[in-house]
This record gives sequence, structure tokens and C-alpha cells, in this order.
Amino acid sequence: MAGHGHEEAHDETAGPKVLAVSKVSPKVRTIAVVRPSEHDVTYLEAARKGLGVTLRHFMKNFFGKRRPAEALAKGEAVEPRSRFKPAWNEIETIQYPEEKTHYPERFRGLHRLMQREDGNVRCVACMCCPTVCPANCITIIPAESDDKGVEKKPAVFEIDELRCVVCGLCVEACPCDAIRMDSGVHAKPVENRGDAIMTRELLLGLSADVGKDPQSTATQGGEGPDWRG
Amino acid sequence: MKTLYTVLDHPATKWVLLVFVLVMPLASLLTWAERRQSAMMQDRLGPNRAAPTFAPWLKLKGILHFVADAIKMISKEDFVPGNVHKGLFTLAPLLAIGPVLVAFAIIPFGPTIFPHELTSTLDPLAPTSGEGALNLADSIRLQVASFDYGLLFYFAVLTLANYGGTLAGWASYNKWALLGGLRSSSQMMSYEVAMGLSLMGCFLLVGSLEPGYIVGAGASSKLSPSNPLNWLWLWQFPALILFTTAAIAETKRAPFDIPEGEPEIIGYFVEYSGLRWGLFFLAEFIEIVFISAVITTVFFGGYQVPFLDPDGFRIGGYMAEVNGQLVSTGGSTFKLPHALVTALQIGAFGLKVILLCWFQLLVRWTLPRFRADQLMNLGWKLLLPLALAWTMLSALFKLAAMSFGWV
Ligand code: SF4
Ligand code: SF4
Repeated sequence: MAGHGHEEAHDETAGPKVLAVSKVSPKVRTIAVVRPSEHDVTYLEAARKGLGVTLRHFMKNFFGKRRPAEALAKGEAVEPRSRFKPAWNEIETIQYPEEKTHYPERFRGLHRLMQREDGNVRCVACMCCPTVCPANCITIIPAESDDKGVEKKPAVFEIDELRCVVCGLCVEACPCDAIRMDSGVHAKPVENRGDAIMTRELLLGLSADVGKDPQSTATQGGEGPDWRG
Repeated sequence: MKTLYTVLDHPATKWVLLVFVLVMPLASLLTWAERRQSAMMQDRLGPNRAAPTFAPWLKLKGILHFVADAIKMISKEDFVPGNVHKGLFTLAPLLAIGPVLVAFAIIPFGPTIFPHELTSTLDPLAPTSGEGALNLADSIRLQVASFDYGLLFYFAVLTLANYGGTLAGWASYNKWALLGGLRSSSQMMSYEVAMGLSLMGCFLLVGSLEPGYIVGAGASSKLSPSNPLNWLWLWQFPALILFTTAAIAETKRAPFDIPEGEPEIIGYFVEYSGLRWGLFFLAEFIEIVFISAVITTVFFGGYQVPFLDPDGFRIGGYMAEVNGQLVSTGGSTFKLPHALVTALQIGAFGLKVILLCWFQLLVRWTLPRFRADQLMNLGWKLLLPLALAWTMLSALFKLAAMSFGWV
């Protein structure tokens, strides 16, 4: 960060000043020990220096203008301001709910369940995700699906977002792209633990809430042979 | 009308006004200012979003955080651990906050108000009686109590505040609290001496211990008391540094916060919670305001506005004896009514106090804590001898000044 000037680095390679070397074993040396000098017993010089640093930061941040939130969020540099306007200050804080940092593309937000073309849940209740989930936070009660080619559907699909460790293994495990964590939203703060459990309807509706396409590009299901014959 | 003036001039009225209009709001605001200022110094934003639920837009840069804090402290559980000494445990926070509030009595926070002459100019050359004379009756002095022993009263009373910390440590039945209390008393004892001695030079130079007199007279009777060169900061600069150091040590805040020693022992109030702890907290900030008020009064001309004499701004004036009183006169003046002069002077006092509070916060958030031995070395081996030496130098200076007729 600007403003934190470093002292001239003392020469590391030179090592300590050697006063004498042992004749018997040259590795044994007498070196000069550098102790902090006691010249400033009043601490006045150090205090003046320190106050100067903090005062400079205070003045800059107090009178300067805060950099635009987008620049702060993306960590971008900003154009220097004209001489007649207060300069940019050095405040790094991003005021979270109103301003957000740039999230990486693979950021794992709340889970959402994908839908088929007809709006039904894409999940086939294969139980891969509750099996792999290290936090044991996915509850699925399977039921028979009307679509004979799909066999099963989740009658109940609940994720306890309080227990979820956001590892993303459920997404990896899903064989049919039915669960994703690309909603980009954080788990909401709740007052009762039960409120943190996301039900099937919530998970299905999240796509619409965050404005993402609820349908996967992968094809699934369709008319297949009925295994029951 | 007469009774109104008598009531207004009563020490109790003035004290209540001073404490509840100036000191308490300033101290509470400091709790917010400290967090915001430290944030600014560390490239952060600090608390900036407390707002009432019914008006979420009323953020005011976070000033309302002190209200939130107060509500929090009042509504917290008042927990008293089982083995404490109940009486002393209750008494300690009051002892910490009471003396500081009492000590404010000696601070002159404004000039004397003459209620009958508010709209006219206080011309020093006006006749004392007959046609055109000023009606100076029912005057209200903006100082609660003016004792001849003025600042000695402050030293004496503020020492009592140390009992607050020490007793809190003792009564808490907690080793860490006791350590904190002992550290607090040893630190106070060491710095009390240097603090008192560092002001001796000022007393010698001005010739009075009374803060009101120091403000009204300045260093030399040749210059107007409103001339910044006549304030003591210039003539007693070493004393200013010595006193500020010792006084910051008295507030028990960083870099002199070993009684609290947050990462080591938490301090004498470790067993306190809720409003009792809040009293200690508030006492600390009131002490900051008080120290600022004392430094303002002694070193920075108190309520004086630069070049503002009682009758208006004056450039190039001189001091002359009129009707047995030394007044600033002559030169070119920009005449102002008495009411405006008073308002300006009270405002100037407030501004100086706020600036000095700001400076103390700056120091508190810059310097790291001293070790106990460094603290004692600084107090006994440095501040004390320097204060002694400066007292003698000041005495010599005063002697020379008197014999050459400079003052
Ligand atoms: S992200 Fe990990 S912990 Fe959370 S539900 Fe998926 S598998 Fe379980
Ligand atoms: S892994 Fe996919 S298809 Fe299988 S139960 Fe989980 S969400 Fe449904």
C-alpha cells in the first residue's frame, strides 16, 4: 500500500561484523552485537515520526474522496483527480450489502435445483449428493416419478445451509446437472435454525430470484423403455 | 429578572450547564469519534451506519453509534460476581467519574457576561458613572468556582479519581483486576508529581494558580491577553510538552495504558459489566475532555479568540491603565456587540477543546504501549527532573523579566 515506506533494508548478505576468528576452528567467530541505540530516551523523535505517519493517513482519508465502489471492488486503479478537487483517499473498505467485490466465476453461492423444460425438478433422486456430502446436510425422500423414463423424483429435497460447508461436492457428484451452486448469493442470516433449511420449492425458485436460466443445456430423460415392462 | 440572574450565576446552575451541555455530549461523541478517527488513520471507514429502525436513512456518518452504545450498556445485565466486596465494588465506578466532573468547576469556559449590556459594545474607555456608563450589574461569570488555589484543586481532586481504579481492582476479588488496580495507582503516583511540577513554571510566570486569572492575564501585562503570542504555549513550550505527556498518562490510555493492559491483564474493570463498566469508560473520555480543557486554559488562552478584545477585534493596540484596571486599547478596532463577542469566545473555547481531544486520540492511536519499566523510567528519570529544571529556568526567566521590566 502506498504510504508505508520501508526503511533502507540493511545489507543482509554482509552479515554481522566479525571481530575475531578462532584459530582452532574458523567457524567459531566473535561478532559485534548490534543493540538498539539508547540515544532517544525521550521517545520524542519516534513519537514525532509516528504521529507524522498517522496524521498523513488521517488527513488524506479525511479530506480525500473515497474511490468509486466499482474500482474498489475490482481492485482497479483510478485516474488521478484534477488538482483542484480533493485527491482520492486510501480507504479500502467495501461497504458490503450495498457494494460487493468482484466474485470469481466459480464462486459457490447458495444451491439451486435445475428444472426441465416442463418446469419439473431435474433431480432423479439418485442419492449421489447426500452420499457424498461431508456435512450430511442434504435430505432427500425419493418418490416415484410420473415420467417412466426417469423413475424417481425427490418428494422432499432439503439442504440445511447452516451445516453445509460449501464444498461443492454435491454439484460434482450429480450425474444429471440437477444441482448447481452458481446462484452467486450468500446464505441469508436467520434467527431460527430451521429457517436456514432450504426446501425443494426454495431451491427450485432460486433461479428465478437471481435471474439465471433454470434449465440445463444437457438433455435428460425423455421417452425410454419402461423397465417395469 | 434579578432572581433569574442570581439563579444563572449560581455555581450549581453553571455546573449543570457545563457538564450536561458541553462535557457529557462531547465525551459521548468522543466514543464515536475515537472509532472513526482511528479508522481514518488506518485506511478504514469505521462505524458509519447506526440508524433508528424507523428512519434508516438517518445515518449521520454513524454519530448515532454512541446512542446505540448507551442503550446497549443500560440494557445489559448488571452482573456482580459472588466474592466481590459489594460496597466498594459499587463505589469504585462512581469514584472514577465523580472527581473529574467536580474538577470541571475550575475551568473558565467563557468570559463574564453582563446581561444588561448584551447589545452594546463594552468600550473600556466608557465612564464608570453618569451619562454613557455601562451597567455592569448582575454579571454572570462563566466559571463555576474561581478559587485562588485553582489548579491545585484540580490536582487534589483528580487524585481521588485514582481511588476508583485501585478500589475497583481490590474489590473485584480477581488477581488480574488487582494487578491492574496496583499498576494504576503506581502509574498515577509517578506521573502526578511530574504533572504538578510541570505547571509550576506557568504559575510563576503568570503569578496565579487561578485558571480564570491565567486566561485573563496571559504571560505578560504588556500584551493583550487575546494575543496568541501572549498565551503560555510559546513561553512555556517545554512545560506544554511535559504536562501533555503526564496528563495523557493520567487518562490511563495508550501509550500509558498498562493499568488496563488489554492483552495481558484486561485491567481493574475486568469484573465489571453493563453500565458500571460504562461509567469507567465514560470517565476515561471525560478525562480526555478535562485534560483538553486544562491545556486550553493554561497554554492556549482558554476562551480567548486571537485579537478579540471585549470590545471587538483589535490590531496594533496596547495595554493601558484605565480607572485602575489594565485594559487593551488603542490601535484599529472592529467593534462588536458584547453578545457576539461572548458567543465567539465560548465557541473558541469549544473548538480548542475539540482540537486537543482530537490530538489526544491521534496520540492514542499512534504510539504503542510502554513497558512498565519504560513507563517508570520516563516518569521518574525524565519527566520529573526536566520539570524541576524547567521550573528553575522559569523562575530565573521571571526574575530577569521583572528586573528588566519586561512584564
Ligand atoms: S456443498 Fe458440500 S456440504 Fe454443502 S450440500 Fe453440497 S456436498 Fe454437502
Ligand atoms: S446427485 Fe443430483 S440427481 Fe442425484 S439426488 Fe442429488 S441432485 Fe438429485
